[in-house]
Amino acid sequence: MTRWLPHLFVLFLASVPLWMTDNYILHILITTGIFIIAAMSLNLLLGYTGQLSLGHVAFFGIGAYASALLSLGFEAHIAPGLLVKVLPKPVWFAMLGGIASAAVCGYAIGKLAFRVRGAYFVIVSISFAEVVRLVALNWVELTQGPMALNNIPALKLGAAGLELSFLKKPMVYTLVLAVAVLSYVLIRRLVQSRAGRAMIALRENESLATSVGIDVTAYLVLATVVASAIAGAAGALYAHYVRIVDPDIFLFIYTVTMVIMVVTGGKGTLAGPIVGGVLFGLLPESLRAMAMPPEVQWIAYGVLMVLVVYFLPRGIVPAINERWGAGEATASPLRNLVVAAKARS
Amino acid sequence: MNPARDSAKPDALLSVRDLSIRFGGLTAIASMTFDANAGEIVSLIGPNGAGKTSAFNAITGYLKPTSGDVRFKDRSLLGLSSNAIAARGVVRTFQKTSVFGGRTVLDNVLMGLHLRSRQTAISILLGLTSVAREERELTDEAIEMLAFVGLVPRAHELASALPYGEQRLLGVAIALAAKPSLLLLDEPVSGLNPAEKASFMGLIRRIRARAITIVLVEHDMRTVMGVSDRVVVLNQGRIICDGAPAEVQRNPEVIKAYLGEGFARAHH
Ligand SMILES: Nc1ncnc2c1ncn2[C@@H]1O[C@H](COP(=O)(O)OP(=O)(O)O)[C@@H](O)[C@H]1O
Ligand SMILES: [Mg+2]
Repeated sequence: MTRWLPHLFVLFLASVPLWMTDNYILHILITTGIFIIAAMSLNLLLGYTGQLSLGHVAFFGIGAYASALLSLGFEAHIAPGLLVKVLPKPVWFAMLGGIASAAVCGYAIGKLAFRVRGAYFVIVSISFAEVVRLVALNWVELTQGPMALNNIPALKLGAAGLELSFLKKPMVYTLVLAVAVLSYVLIRRLVQSRAGRAMIALRENESLATSVGIDVTAYLVLATVVASAIAGAAGALYAHYVRIVDPDIFLFIYTVTMVIMVVTGGKGTLAGPIVGGVLFGLLPESLRAMAMPPEVQWIAYGVLMVLVVYFLPRGIVPAINERWGAGEATASPLRNLVVAAKARS
Repeated sequence: MNPARDSAKPDALLSVRDLSIRFGGLTAIASMTFDANAGEIVSLIGPNGAGKTSAFNAITGYLKPTSGDVRFKDRSLLGLSSNAIAARGVVRTFQKTSVFGGRTVLDNVLMGLHLRSRQTAISILLGLTSVAREERELTDEAIEMLAFVGLVPRAHELASALPYGEQRLLGVAIALAAKPSLLLLDEPVSGLNPAEKASFMGLIRRIRARAITIVLVEHDMRTVMGVSDRVVVLNQGRIICDGAPAEVQRNPEVIKAYLGEGFARAHH
């Protein structure tokens, strides 16, 4: 029964556009969904490799900017006398370009952070995000700086006659859900494999990990590339949904929001960022919908966060697992195998 | 007597040549030379601070020696990363109990099986069935490994929840999972009670029976006498004796520097 719960949940989520006609609620679901995708990607680094990336929003912003720029086309001097001119590309291609750009930056950061762990990794990641924000702010020729990139086209798929436009909210919602499910599946495959064990080994005990032949740096780079690609996908979704991107997309508060979602939900669990994301994505909006003033929204946000961190220090999902014994580790088919092996011997 | 000066024998699996390690002004190891031949159990003994752990750290790439060479299967290990050395077949355990505390015992051994696994990032992300098939094989092997050290009943407990003695066993199981041809054990029985020590020595013999060469670090000579083919005695960074256990026990320098007269009298 519990095996089918996630599938039923996704089916239910997929049905939302069929009966939900309130555009405001769809908007909240879309932005929350985009944030959850980004939080899931952060969880790969923070939860599984144990490295706190406080610059994670950089990959989100790079995905958004790269995708927007490719879809709009641009002209910019990348070196004195070297003018690069790119004609507008189809949005699907631009989005893939956004994902690839974020992944390449993730690779560079992963390599740069070679042997850099803990506090130093935090510093490298924060600095990176700040540098990228300053570039977005000051390279006006490319990014329009604070004037923002406007009129970013929405995604259109298919050929004439049978065209799917992702301009309206129900379609965007469905697209975000699809990307979220795909990201979840990719992350789950990764963490339940040799690669995920290597990442967890790095988190749990780095010297022991290397002593059994785990190239921890390679797996840190892999985690960074996958995490930044997924964050870039979330950024691309965002850019072509709100259709305007400015340097504020790199604000530190967005990284903090992602970290809060991951930590309260339960870092290092697959469901954690989803639970944390739903809670902290929907809460401020529902309070606003109840016409609460902004102070009340933020106070409620803070109080909830403190309560979760104080009473459930490892997060909501691990607490639930402990309570009902449905841990991700034990719910696997491995348990049955071991029981069978014991019976044999 | 100084067999340490002998040149490398052709069948030496591990050959440590003139290894020196200095920490600033402190000489932890001074020109250490010894071999471990295939199939042997060699014990490296010496009082606390003699330089045993430093030697292990240098052999396994955790520490860059000041000078000297470490050769394994006739190739130098110097300059290789620790994980590359493990991939060559040299795996060590740690003096301080070392497990992946937040994971189950079974997961710990699965992590140790990393080198045995062939999954690539692409095949994992594509969700190929070969990955799922290998995961089942790995689980079977992990359980086999747990059976070997007697931890199957603990498979689903958190490693950090195990009693001390079982954590030490788990550390060995993790190392064995990496399929070493040379296993370096750093004081594996320290802190164990006599019964646990005895059963651990049995385990060491069973490991050797799997064609794994063992270098065993211990500071208590009595523990290793029964199990070792050869004993290398280290004192203040220098090898003072290298020979069969009986020979070492009779060596006057060893008795003086390390064992004390009481031990010598009680064993004659
Ligand atoms: N990283 C280090 N930095 C400085 N001194 C060290 C370091 N590691 C070990 N030592 C010193 O080197 C000597 C040998 O230590 P060690 O190899 O741990 O001895 P053993 O394992 O035989 O007890 C000791 O005096 C110790 O204090
Ligand atoms: Mg030591």
